[in-house]
Amino acid sequence: MKLSVGAVAEPGSTRANKTGTWRTFRPVFNADLCVGCGICSQFCPEGIIHEKNDKYATDYDYCKGCGICAAECPKGAIKMVLEVK
Amino acid sequence: MKLLAPGHRGCAGCGAAIAVHSILSATGKDVIVVSPTGCLEVISTPYPESAWEVPWIHSLFENTAAVASGVEVARRALGRKDETKVICIGGDGGTVDIGIGSLSGMLERGHDVTYICYDNEAYMNTGIQRSGSTPYDAATTTSPAGKISFGNDRPKKNTPAIAAAHGIPYVATSSIAYPADIGKKVKKAIAIKGPKYLQIHTPCPTGWGFDSNRTIEVGRLAVETALFPIYEMENGKITSVKKIKRKPVEEYLKVQRRFAHLFKKEGGDAEIKKIQETADANAKQLGLDM
Ligand SMILES: Cc1ncc(C[n+]2csc(CCOP(=O)(O)OP(=O)(O)O)c2C)c(N)n1
Ligand code: SF4
Ligand code: SF4
Ligand SMILES: [Mg+2]
Repeated sequence: MKLSVGAVAEPGSTRANKTGTWRTFRPVFNADLCVGCGICSQFCPEGIIHEKNDKYATDYDYCKGCGICAAECPKGAIKMVLEVK
Repeated sequence: MKLLAPGHRGCAGCGAAIAVHSILSATGKDVIVVSPTGCLEVISTPYPESAWEVPWIHSLFENTAAVASGVEVARRALGRKDETKVICIGGDGGTVDIGIGSLSGMLERGHDVTYICYDNEAYMNTGIQRSGSTPYDAATTTSPAGKISFGNDRPKKNTPAIAAAHGIPYVATSSIAYPADIGKKVKKAIAIKGPKYLQIHTPCPTGWGFDSNRTIEVGRLAVETALFPIYEMENGKITSVKKIKRKPVEEYLKVQRRFAHLFKKEGGDAEIKKIQETADANAKQLGLDM
């Protein structure tokens, strides 16, 4: 491997590593139950839960399936289901 | 967009990653971050990749605060007048043990730096060894529970009090279970000139032994049992505490493998009583009870 001067790495370059392959359970977001509070997005360790038309959704390319979003959603709008690949 | 990119190698449910999101949401982009070796460094910068969307420097394990002091002084020497803030985000081992000398020097010299310790209460990156921040009776690989031992036999070091003893303007504790509290305190800290110290409780599913979906719940229980009290100190005086409707310490202990021996071993009850006494003392000293 070639080291750059000062071993500088480009910002956000871990995006090359799609951690979605780690997942055993998949969070399924129910837009009918979501009230748009955004609590799930404050707690996601991957920082990938985003707003879409006042509702929240995640990025399955990176979601590790930790289940924190489902555990913390006050409306029960997120369910963890076994991943099938 | 969050300032710590996905693709980082943190375990599913990593509390340290959640802490960084809350911290950087409060600082915004105008920040330079220094981190020692530890989980946060290892998960965020597997060379040649980096998850950081802000300038970030890896120091050695022991000299984070010294490197940050240098960054702050270099910026002054270069006559930089912009609003960029220098902060450290370091683990408990890097902060309360091996880095405490350089932290003390930074606080004593009065650098305009905010030092944030993410406290996962052991050396996680190298395999869950005990640190000065490991709580009483927690089992780690270097303080295992067994026939004779109940785990770590020393109390958790009171590092915020050590920081405050330097006569610095601002010291605070917080927890990843309360992102708004972290945000408020980080904003307040970086706006104050001089050295600031924050300690954020960051549960670790891998090291503490709980399911990855319970990170926030575990963090909340630590606060609600008064085992990790949340408060602010300004110029040496306690100026705010997070009041709680207190829960018995068992509720926190029983959900973690590192305390499982307390519920199985003979004499465990007496140990839990001692832990309850620590919580009671915290509540009394800080006036935590609602
Ligand atoms: C001088 C030195 N000693 C030991 C190590 C090995 N080491 C790397 S990370 C680490 C533990 C870090 O613990 P902590 O600061 O609590 O961060 P965590 O991994 O728990 O997030 C150790 C012992 C090192 N890198 N440098
Ligand atoms: S399961 Fe975990 S990683 Fe996936 S979206 Fe929810 S909080 Fe984020
Ligand atoms: S061991 Fe703990 S602190 Fe380290 S990456 Fe895993 S969850 Fe995070
Ligand atoms: Mg640690």
